[in-house]
Order: sequence, then structure tokens, then C-alpha cells
Amino acid sequence: MADFGSNMAALLPEIILVISGLVLLLVGAFAGKKAVPAINLTIVGILLLVAVLVLLRIPDAALSLFDGALRLDALAVFGKFAALLASALGLWLAYGYLKTDKRLTTEFGVLILFAALGMMIMVSATDLLALYVGIEMQSLALYVLAASNRDSLRSSESGLKYFVLGALSSGLLLYGASLIYGFSGSLRFEGIAAAIANDASVGLVVGIVFLLSGLAFKISAAPFHMWTPDVYEGAPTPVTAFFSVAPKIAAVILIARILFDPFLQMLADWQQVVIAISVLSMVVGYLGAIMQRNIKRMMAYSSIANMGYALIAIASGTAGGLSGLLIYMVLYAITTLGIFACILAMRRAEGMVEQMDDLAGLSRSQPALAIGLTILLFSVAGIPPIAGFFGKYFIFLAAMQANLLWLAIFGAVASVIGAFVYIRVVKIIWFDEPPQQDFVPVSRVQAILVASSATLMLPAAIWFLPALYEWSEIVALSLFAGG
Amino acid sequence: MMYLAIVFLPLLAAAVAGLLPRLTGHLGAQIITTGILAVSAVLSLYAFYDVAYLGHEKTVEIARWFSIGAFEANWSLRIDTLTAVMLVVVTFVSCLVHIYSWGYMAEDPHKSRFFAYLSLFTFAMLMLVTADNFMQIFFGWEGVGLSSYLLIGFWYKKSTANAAAIKAFITNRVGDFGFALGIMAVFVIFGSLSFDTVFAEVDGKSGQMFQFLGMQIAAIELVAFLLFIGAMGKSAQFFLHVWLPDAMEGPTPVSALIHAATMVTAGVFLVVRCGPIFDAAPFTSGFITIIGATTAFFAATIGLVQNDIKRVVAYSTCSQLGYMFFAAGLGMYNAAMFHLFTHAFFKALLFLGAGSVIVGMHHEQDMRKMGGLWKKMPLTWAFMLIGTLALTGFGIPGTYFGLSGFFSKDVIIEGAYMAGDAGRNFGYLAFWVGVIAALMTSFYSWRVIFMTFHGKPRGDEHTFAHAKESPLSMMVPLTLLAAGALFAGVLFKSDFVGSNSSEFWRGSTVAETHESALKDDHAVAKSSNDHEPKPSDHEKKQKSGGEHHVPTWVLWSPFVAMALGFVFSWWLYIRRAGLADKWAEQSKFLHPFLYNKWYFDELYDVLFVNNVKRFGDWFWKLGDQRIIDGFGPNGFAAVTAAMARKATRLQTGFVYHYAFLMLIGLVAFVSWVVLRGVGGQ
Repeated sequence: MADFGSNMAALLPEIILVISGLVLLLVGAFAGKKAVPAINLTIVGILLLVAVLVLLRIPDAALSLFDGALRLDALAVFGKFAALLASALGLWLAYGYLKTDKRLTTEFGVLILFAALGMMIMVSATDLLALYVGIEMQSLALYVLAASNRDSLRSSESGLKYFVLGALSSGLLLYGASLIYGFSGSLRFEGIAAAIANDASVGLVVGIVFLLSGLAFKISAAPFHMWTPDVYEGAPTPVTAFFSVAPKIAAVILIARILFDPFLQMLADWQQVVIAISVLSMVVGYLGAIMQRNIKRMMAYSSIANMGYALIAIASGTAGGLSGLLIYMVLYAITTLGIFACILAMRRAEGMVEQMDDLAGLSRSQPALAIGLTILLFSVAGIPPIAGFFGKYFIFLAAMQANLLWLAIFGAVASVIGAFVYIRVVKIIWFDEPPQQDFVPVSRVQAILVASSATLMLPAAIWFLPALYEWSEIVALSLFAGG
Repeated sequence: MMYLAIVFLPLLAAAVAGLLPRLTGHLGAQIITTGILAVSAVLSLYAFYDVAYLGHEKTVEIARWFSIGAFEANWSLRIDTLTAVMLVVVTFVSCLVHIYSWGYMAEDPHKSRFFAYLSLFTFAMLMLVTADNFMQIFFGWEGVGLSSYLLIGFWYKKSTANAAAIKAFITNRVGDFGFALGIMAVFVIFGSLSFDTVFAEVDGKSGQMFQFLGMQIAAIELVAFLLFIGAMGKSAQFFLHVWLPDAMEGPTPVSALIHAATMVTAGVFLVVRCGPIFDAAPFTSGFITIIGATTAFFAATIGLVQNDIKRVVAYSTCSQLGYMFFAAGLGMYNAAMFHLFTHAFFKALLFLGAGSVIVGMHHEQDMRKMGGLWKKMPLTWAFMLIGTLALTGFGIPGTYFGLSGFFSKDVIIEGAYMAGDAGRNFGYLAFWVGVIAALMTSFYSWRVIFMTFHGKPRGDEHTFAHAKESPLSMMVPLTLLAAGALFAGVLFKSDFVGSNSSEFWRGSTVAETHESALKDDHAVAKSSNDHEPKPSDHEKKQKSGGEHHVPTWVLWSPFVAMALGFVFSWWLYIRRAGLADKWAEQSKFLHPFLYNKWYFDELYDVLFVNNVKRFGDWFWKLGDQRIIDGFGPNGFAAVTAAMARKATRLQTGFVYHYAFLMLIGLVAFVSWVVLRGVGGQ
């Protein structure tokens, strides 16, 4: 048990975020319009800085903070780093876009900063209340972000929808937390684990199901996914890009931590539910994606399906599963960011377009972009030797080692349907007749993001996958050795 | 190293010419392939000398191909006299055909592809003849099949050429299937695919039976029979001959190289190479004799009435292959090889000569539209004449005067008589068929000469006026081949089938007892004519048992047959020109029957092709489209799309629907775990 000072010291990154967020909000309010771009860029810088800081301050052993409410271990470091980096890139991407549309505000950046703060708490929470606080902190920021384009009816609608349903899910989550507290007598993960070791009652199982339902909403897993397509479509595109990456990483890591830490002993009880959600997500995600012509809606369904794969890894309940999950999430995040950078590049002189058919003939008008997008789509479709394949591979491997062969096969079959969804876009890019108008040239940010994400997916980035694999192994082992 | 070069240089040439045509250009491809083939041919000649006369046989190991348990095969070159003979034939003819193609294909826009195919074929054929195990011979076997397909269909825009290529490939499939089964049987019975191992164990396995569907089959007979099926397909023997005449749709150099001199003789080579197996299988050998004799006779009858110059030569090839097979079936492997060797020269000569005529006549192949060409194309005429004399077996029995075909064919015919005399199955039959076929060979060969080069021009005056001698690049190969056709017989007779043969072959072929008898008797007949000293005669007689002697009428029978054919042909096409056409018109049965090739194509259409097409159609429409596609890809896709539409319909856009669904999901999950928990307790 550490004293207050060392607790605060361990939370230095979070504290930096809080203070800079508050200060920048004030600066924004007083400095007026001109300072807005600078403030947003500063936030990108701060997020990156804090990400580096997180990496620099890896504790030698897992640190339990605030009487077990938070925990700073390898998994938390991994999650924080990934969430911060994803947030920074998301904001950077949004920055260029919003500036062109003259809709950039100080609040946008600050909200993303607070969302990132929420995520940092989420990935390190080892207490049901801390967990709830983290989730709500993140969610409240996201609700506002979804509705941030106040002039657009659809943006407001999506924000409201997200908020109402999010409130419902928070209710489920809290109810589950209270059930767990009622049956175990503790909010701390350690206490819960101890109680389970004594007696795992049906009430606890019900509590877990409620908790899982609430969390499944956050990662938009079926059948709690319904908000996703509407919000993805309605929200401004850079917000969608942000939604589909950083919060997903944080929430998935949170689910992994809670299921693998206190509830691992009840694997048999929750495994079936996770599998059910996973299967439903893959089916609903890919089937829904088939019917879409709007590329943002397609990406919404795609993210639902991808969460299904992440849940396969969680269902395995092993260290291998966790490491596969982390690899998968990182690859998913990189690919998704790259694809959204491409979607943001779908801008004609008169404004943004979102239909898949608008991509027709991209191979001729913007070959570099077309190649990048093609690589990314092949990656997310899981076609070897592009990295996305290995993401799926490690997950299936983990499932097979956990005697879930059929689930792995199901995932493989579903990915065939998924391949159709993605490769159809590739076909449009390369083989369809181009429309009259070309897109406006891509911005530098987009170009960098597309190029780097596509490059990382290629086998040429030979150091990348092994490094990622090694890190995820370390993280997974730390949790399993500690838990 | 030298052997590696002989075999693999053509592959290199094919790769360069075929894969880098932009780099080499047409001329470059021609120079590279032809140059390399020339090198290969020169090396082969040296190898032939080295192996056959200096006795430096060897096996060159290259690499392990695969090894699965006891099932293993190596890439290695087995160089013995048999291989060396084939090496010379293949590389020499191939090289000449390459040169010839410079002239023949001069106007073709895809020359580099053509030369690449030619070299690829040569490589495959060399793999075949140098194989030291059954897997490798099969590799070469399939390789020549492939390149034959590519070359027959070289003019792929011509639908008849495509059809012919497919026909050749599919007919060969039938044979190859038998061959593959034969190889499997070899492995089952001998447990190895290496020639040395298998041949060494043949004697030990002769009594062994093979169980199949409750039938008892003698193992060796089965193996021999299946291997022969393969040989039948490749060598266009009766029943599987249908592809060879159609293969003439390909360019003429191809016909000369593949369908006369080399590939079609692969079957003969296989039988000779596997002589130890066939020798131990009397039933199959009888079968081979029958098939060979039938082919010799049947193809000759068809050749009598064909009007396409290349088709006549093609049927003639078929017929001559029949000779080789019945010789092999009667155990005269050396004689078969000798005929193969000489045949390669004069048949390639005839084909290339015919090609020269075709080029001169602006791609006219119908002999009815030719005539009187000898003044226009004196050199071609002379070469064709040499080829014809060689093919018909012109020579004086009992002397050293004769063209190559004379020696090899007469050895086979006389040998057949001797075999019959020795009580071998179907020996006399083969003898008589051989003589009659020789008569017909002479008739149709001279018919070609008379119809093409003599008489009045019957074709288009304009074409005739422009007919001219072919370019030098086509004449040089013809000259060399003509030299071969003239002298190959007399030079190599004693080595291949004569007194020197055992030192020449050194055990690479099986020399049977009665064959050596034949050899000696032939020598006797000769020596008696040449007034050679008697003692050696006696010795030889004693060595061979001395009980057989070829009667003089047997010796002279092929000569008489040849002369009769010539006279008859002369009478019909020169003396009484026009009579043949009148006969053909009056004939109600025989001429149509022969002209339509015994109605084999029609028969096969009715028996196989149509049924297979109908069957395929049925499988395609019902099996593939309705069942596999219907329930497979299309059905799956349809179901997926329908489900996708349903899934999308859930997405109403109303918040309360969404919330409702979330709660339904939650309730379902909770009920599930609770019920399971209760059930568990």
C-alpha cells in the first residue's frame, strides 16, 4: 500500500492531462477564434507526450494504487499507450478536416483529451467504481463529440441516440456492478476474486451478464450494437474515425481485464455468453455490411464484426488469447485509422462524399491512395501475407488451444463473407468506371497516415509484427502471472 | 557434365526464348534456340561415340526428386547405348528442324514462341530418353505430351488446329492413364521405380499373381500390358491412333520433329527400355505383335487413298510404327530400335520435303491440285525421292546396296518370318502383314511422288507459276537428312542388328535368342552371296543352334512387294492417269471406307465423344450449376444476401427499437445462464 504522494506520482500522466485540459479550455474561451488551431495542435502534442511518458514510466512490478482502485501494470501501460496514440492520431486527422470546414473548436480537442483520460482510467481500473467512472468520463465526451456538428440534424440525432442508449447501457452496467457487490461484498477485483473462490453463486453470474451487456454496448457488439451504424453515419467523419479506434481499444482491454482477473475462475459461466455475443457480432456485422452502400455505415458494421473476433480471443480465456487480442486490436486500430484517413480523402470540390460508388476509378485518379486503401482493405479482410491475416491467425490459434475449434472455424467462415464486403470496395476502386469529378488532393496528414498504416501492414515491415507479438506476450504473461 | 548440358541446355533455350521474348526479339530467340540445339546435337554425337563405341556408360545423379517412405525417385540421367542412340536422333533431328523452321516460319509473327516450344519439347524428350526410373520417364512423357499439344495448337486461331491439339491431348490421356497405372503396378509389385532394381527382379517375380476384383492376373503381364497401353497412346497405335493424322494441323516442322522422328517413337523406346519386363510377358508380347501388325496394315490401307500430302506421310508414320511394335512384340528389340533410328531420318526428310512443297505451293496441301512440280523444285523432288526410296526399302537383298529403310525394314520382316519359324506367336502373321504393308507403302509413297511432282499441273495456274524452290535454310536440313536416309542403314546395320550388336548395345536392350539366330542367318545369306569364307559361317551357325535358315523367297519378298507397289503406282498415276479417280468414284464401299479412315472418328464420336459430351453437359447443368452452384456458392450467397436484408431491416432508426433489442438480448443471456446454473445444480 503506497502513500498518497506515490499514488499521485504514479498517476502523473493522468494529472498532466487533467490540468492541461482545464487550462486549454480556459485559454480557448478567452483567446478567441484565432488560437483554436494552435490549441488543438497543442492537445495532439500533449497526447503524444503523455503517451511517451507512459512508456517511460513503466513500473518494475505491477503497482496497486488508491487502495486497489487502480492498477498500473503492463496491460495498463499497453492500453494507455495505445489509447493515447490512437486519440492523438484521431485528433490530428480531425484537425485537418475540421479546419477545412471551418468547424474546428477548442472544445473538440479538449473533449478528445478528456475521453483519452477516461480511457486511461478504464484500462487501469481494478475496482467497479473506478471502472464506471472511467467509462462515464469517456462516454460523456463521446456523446458530445457525436453531436459536435450542431448544424447537422443527423449529427445531433446521432449524438442523442448515442446518449440515450448509452445511458441505458450504463444502467445495465451499474446494475450488474451492484449485483456483483451484493453477492461478493466487494467492489475491488481482489475482493471479488476472493469471494468467488469461496462461493460462485448464480447471482454473481447474472451480475457478470449485466456487466458484460453494458460493456458490449461500448464496443458495439451484437445485440447491443444497434446504435453503431446510425452514430457512425451521423457523426462527423473524423469523430467516427476516433470512435472506431481509441474507445474500442480501451473497452476491449477493460473487458479482458475484468473477465481474466477476478472472473477467470468462472470461465465456464461467462464463456458461453461471450461466445454468443462474438458469434452474433460476426454474423450481424458482416451481413449488415453487405447491404451498405455508405462507406461509413459499412465501416460501422465492419467494426461490429471485428469486435466479434476480439471476443473470440477473450472467450478463450488464456494468456495466448489475451496476447492475440492485443495484437488484433493494434492491427485493427492501425488499419481502421488508415481506412478512415482514406474516407476523409473522399472530398470533392463541393464537399464530402460517403458512398462507396464515389470511389470508382480511384485507381486512375489517385493511384497512390488507391494502392494504400487496397492494402488496408486486404488487411482487414485477413488476406495473407498482409498483417491483418496474422491478427486473425493468432486469435484462431488461441481459440483452438482453448478447445474452441468450432468457433475458430466459424470465424474463418465469417471472414469469407467479410472478404466479400471489403473486396467489393477494392473492385469498385480498380475496375469501375470513374465518375466525372475527381477528389480534391489528399492532405498531408491523410497521406502520412494512409502511407504509414498501409506500410505497416505489408510484410516489408518485418520488424513490426514480431515486436508487437513480443510486447503482447509480455503483457499477457504479466496479467496471468499476477492474476 | 556433358550429359547435363545436352539435356538442360534446350530447357534454358526454351526459357530464354519463351519467357524473355522482348529481350531477345524474334531473331535472338531463333539464334539462341538453334545455336543451343546445335551444341546439344554435337555433344550428343560425341556421347554416342563415347558410350556406344568406347563403352563409357554411366548414370549421372542430379538430385533427389522425392522420397516418401519406400516411394522415391531421383533426377538422374542413365546414359547407355540405347539412350545414346535416342540422344542422337532427338538432338540431331531437333536441331535440323530448328534450322528448317527459320525458313518455314519466316512469316509467322510468333516465332519466338514457336522456337521456345520446340526447345521445350526437345528438353522433355531428352528427359524421357535419359530417365533412369519410371517417375522421370513419366515426367518426360507428360512433358512431350504438353509440348506436342502446344505445338499442334500453335496456330491457335485456327479452330481445326485447336480441335486437333485437344484430340491429341485427350487421346494421349487414355494412354497415359494406362502408363500411370503401369507405374503404380510396378511400384506395388517391385517396391521400387528404379529401372535397375525392377529389371533385376523381373525373373523372381515371374510367377507372382496380382489380385484384382477377385481375378488372378500374372503380375508381370499386367505391368507389361499397362505400360504398353501408354506406349500405344504416344505412338499412335491401333485404337489410339486417331490423333496422329489430325496432328498434321500443326506446322510442318512440328510434324517432322514430333509426329515422325521423336515423340511418337517414345512408345517404341519405352517397350525397348522395359524389354526385360516385356520379355517375361509372352501374352502381352503377342498382344503387341497383333496391335503392331494391325496398325502397320490398317494405316497403310488408309494411306493409299488420302489426298493431303501430309496425311499420307502421317499414316505412313503410323504404319511404320506398327512395324517397330511388332518387331518389339516378337522380341526383336534391336531391330525395332534400328528401324526407329533409320525411320527418324527418312520420315523427317519426307515431312520436311512435304513442307517444302507446301511452302512452294503457298500452303496448298492437296495433292490433287499439284503435279509436274519436279521442274520447279528439282532439289525438293530429289530429296523426296531419296526419302521415298528409303521408306519403301529400296535395295538389293543380300548386298550392301540399299537405303536405310531397306536394311531396317527387311530385318524386321525377315525376323518376323524367323520368329514364326521358331514357333513364336503371330510370327508368320506379322511376316505376311509386313510384306503386304510394304507393298502398300511402296504404292502410296510413289503415289505421292507421282501426284506431286509428275504429270500435268492440275492446280491453280497462278500458284503453279509462282511455285519455286524453298530457301537455303530449308534445304540444308534436307540435305543432312537425305544423307542420313541414304547411309544410316548401311553404316549402322552391323552395330544395331548385325554381328557387332552385343558389343554395341552392351546389355542396354534385351537381345533374344532367335534374334541372334536371325542375325546370323542373315549374315549367312549375305556371306554366301559375297563368297565369304565358310568357316565363320559354320561357327555362327553353331553358335545359334544352326537349325534355322531364311529361305531366299523370304529375303526377296519385301523387294518384290516394293517393286510391285512401284509398278502399280506408276501404271495407275502415270501410264493411265485418271484411272484412279474413276475407280474411286465407282467404288461404293472400299474407297469411302478407306478414305474415311475406317470410320474410326465417326465410331469414336458415337461411342465416346458424344456420350462424354452429353455426360459432361449433364454434370455441368445439373451437377455443377444446380447442385454445386445452387447449394454452394450461389445458394450460399443468396441465403447470405437474404439474411443480410433481414439484418438490415432490424436497423429501423428508432431508439426504442434499439433499446428493446438490447434488453431482449440481455434477458435472453440472463435466462440462459440462470437456467444453465439451475440445471447444473
